[in-house]
Amino acid sequence: MKKTLAVAALMSVAFAGAAEARDQIRIVGSSTVFPFATAVAEEFGKTTSFKTPVIESTGSGGGLKLFCAGVGEQHPDITNASRRIKKSEVEKCAENGISEVTEVKVGYDGIVLSNSNAAPQLDLTKEQIFLALAKTVPSKDGQSLVDNFYTTWSEIDPSLPDVKIEVLGPPPTSGTRDAFTELVLEEACEEFPVIAALEETNKDQFKAVCAGVREDGGYVEAGENDNLIVQKLEANHDALGIFGFSFLDQNGDKLQGSLIGGVAPTFEAISAGDYPVSRSLYFYVKNAHVGTIPGIKEYLAEFTAEKAFGEEGYLADRGLIPMDAAEREAVRNAAMNLSPLSM
Amino acid sequence: MTDMASLMEDRAAAKVISDNLRKPVDWDSPKIARNIKKRYAAERRFKIYGLVAIGIALLALCMLATSIGSKGYSAFYQTYVQLEVHFDPAVIDPDGTGDPAVIGRANFDGLIKQSLRDRFPDVTSRSDKRDLYGIVSGGASYDLRERVLENPSLIGQTRTIWLISGDDFDMLNKGYIDPTVAEGDRRLNDQEVSWYNDLVEAGAVEKQFHTRFFTSGDSREPELAGIWGAAVGSFYTLLVTLALSFPIGVLAAVYLEEFAPKNRFTQIVEVNINNLAAVPSIVFGLLGLEVYLNVMHLPRSAPVVGGLTLALMTLPTIIIASRAAIKAVPPSIRQAALGLGASPVQTVTHHVLPLAMPGILTGTIIGMAQALGETAPLLMIGMVAFIVDIPGGALDPATVLPVQIYLWADSPERAFVEKTSAAIMVLLAFLVLMNGLAVYLRKKFERKW
Repeated sequence: MKKTLAVAALMSVAFAGAAEARDQIRIVGSSTVFPFATAVAEEFGKTTSFKTPVIESTGSGGGLKLFCAGVGEQHPDITNASRRIKKSEVEKCAENGISEVTEVKVGYDGIVLSNSNAAPQLDLTKEQIFLALAKTVPSKDGQSLVDNFYTTWSEIDPSLPDVKIEVLGPPPTSGTRDAFTELVLEEACEEFPVIAALEETNKDQFKAVCAGVREDGGYVEAGENDNLIVQKLEANHDALGIFGFSFLDQNGDKLQGSLIGGVAPTFEAISAGDYPVSRSLYFYVKNAHVGTIPGIKEYLAEFTAEKAFGEEGYLADRGLIPMDAAEREAVRNAAMNLSPLSM
Repeated sequence: MTDMASLMEDRAAAKVISDNLRKPVDWDSPKIARNIKKRYAAERRFKIYGLVAIGIALLALCMLATSIGSKGYSAFYQTYVQLEVHFDPAVIDPDGTGDPAVIGRANFDGLIKQSLRDRFPDVTSRSDKRDLYGIVSGGASYDLRERVLENPSLIGQTRTIWLISGDDFDMLNKGYIDPTVAEGDRRLNDQEVSWYNDLVEAGAVEKQFHTRFFTSGDSREPELAGIWGAAVGSFYTLLVTLALSFPIGVLAAVYLEEFAPKNRFTQIVEVNINNLAAVPSIVFGLLGLEVYLNVMHLPRSAPVVGGLTLALMTLPTIIIASRAAIKAVPPSIRQAALGLGASPVQTVTHHVLPLAMPGILTGTIIGMAQALGETAPLLMIGMVAFIVDIPGGALDPATVLPVQIYLWADSPERAFVEKTSAAIMVLLAFLVLMNGLAVYLRKKFERKW
């Protein structure tokens, strides 16, 4: 009898926080936006009377899938994305009764190619990166496509060091990888006449060639953990790593960013748009939830305040690269009016 | 005929053997000596192989422990900075109401900034001031507020107070940031390092035991982040797991061992239970997502869902261990009980189960320890999340200890490296404790027949 009572008491403790209507914002989405969104959420929880939002790091695609699953408190209110929402995703949302979604652009993130600062700093072009990482490359005479045969950087260009090509980067499920493919590989591949010619004749093959990454060991998928790549670069001075700017920012005493197209990945260069490999970060809000779930408008206000995503805001301290003042103003107005996205 | 022949052969062979036996063995012959030497050598070699195997295992364990320990021990200490803070009544409580609500809303951050400016009066430019404010953590203002709410008589006074420092400053004090490398290559510029040296000379920098690490929830500021939220989440999750998997597991084991007829059906059930124990845990996560979230609409990220999912994972372990423990109870005990007139149910509950309990508990604790270290299935049901508030029940959003380790390991801030290792140490301590309890229970209640 005593035991039964004890178990009952324990269970009632466990279920004390009964299932009332949700009074807490739920956010899902990109792991790149995660460090920024969590910083805002924490500040929001501390400075307002609302509960701190719960933020899951599910990846951009996974987040949008959850977000578009429906309206109601079992579905998330906001999803973060390190790319823009796709048309197909907007349609999927609409199918499930989510007709009005507000898009909020947060700022920019640079993707860097960096190595240990014990090794020489590289100055690469997008074409050289393509030749080093693509699965198929133009042959020596430039007439046909062959499997990537480059094994050292100096084979690509004699001015580059004579070390083995070894690049650690994220797997295909990552938004960083998507953006890197889009901004570097897909842009560079059009510069090679033999590949550009494919665009007319065989579109599918053209796409495959441009986005295909070598699988013979030159490119190593290092998982989604960027800290792991940083540690590996420290140990292996010949290797390069691909990750978000905030990790380079935090590890400036160990790593250096390679120049791409002659521009170094610095805060200023990315924010001015000079550094070629940068992308926009977003989050999306379900308008139908504003009013039912408390605090969404206030969360938007916190995120779009100057002290958060502004020039000198606390998100900039964490490595987010802010937009210019006019764009911030426009984003803030759109967010506060919950102007629905139209595509 | 053949029988006769083989009998003769056997006899002949037996005679040879008995002749040999009758001949005394020459123990000093070189052949025997060689033989004996060889046997001793083989014995020694075998012992050495065993020692080498243990040595490798211990070395691996030592490497793990030292790498985690050397990185993580510093997280138990936190740098504090001593500042003179003036509790300005004009800022805290301008109308002198003494109302806690008014005091609670006051700008304590401003007070700290003011005292930093007073400490380094020659800092004037905007960006320099921003750097200056980084010396003290953003969380220090909450400490200050609590101090004043507890003791309102502080208002109007000037006190020298130890304030928790910012993460970069903490890293510098712990030696993780090398001030000798080029200025552009480190997180702190020359001016910040000179402020640090200035404060050190004045004796205003100190490392204190970091209680906050054990008492607070997650945070994006490494110096404010703690494991309490995750520990509470783990507690509720394991509570639900235990409440579900222990009774179901033991009942299943009792039925299968004591009552079930031995036929094709129970054989299939047996094989499947053994199979389930080897299924990758992520599969249980997918099952949990489908059944508990999509069909039963239980709340996402809640320990109750995590516990239900982990219970599925722990069940096979408990059933297998319980069956082994029940099987080890000698049949004579059952026969004696039945012979004295006990019913089969009485036999089980009065005699078999109490005798099997140490084994059952050992299996349960090992299953629980497994569940404590699991992350993969929790990923699917939304427990891999940033959650600041300490969960108040099994239905509040929560994360668990291993998930907290995973999240910190993925954070860009340098100071999270030591937090990650420290959290691993805490998790390992819990695991050692649970496994130690299992060993203790076995030793204490085990019976030999």
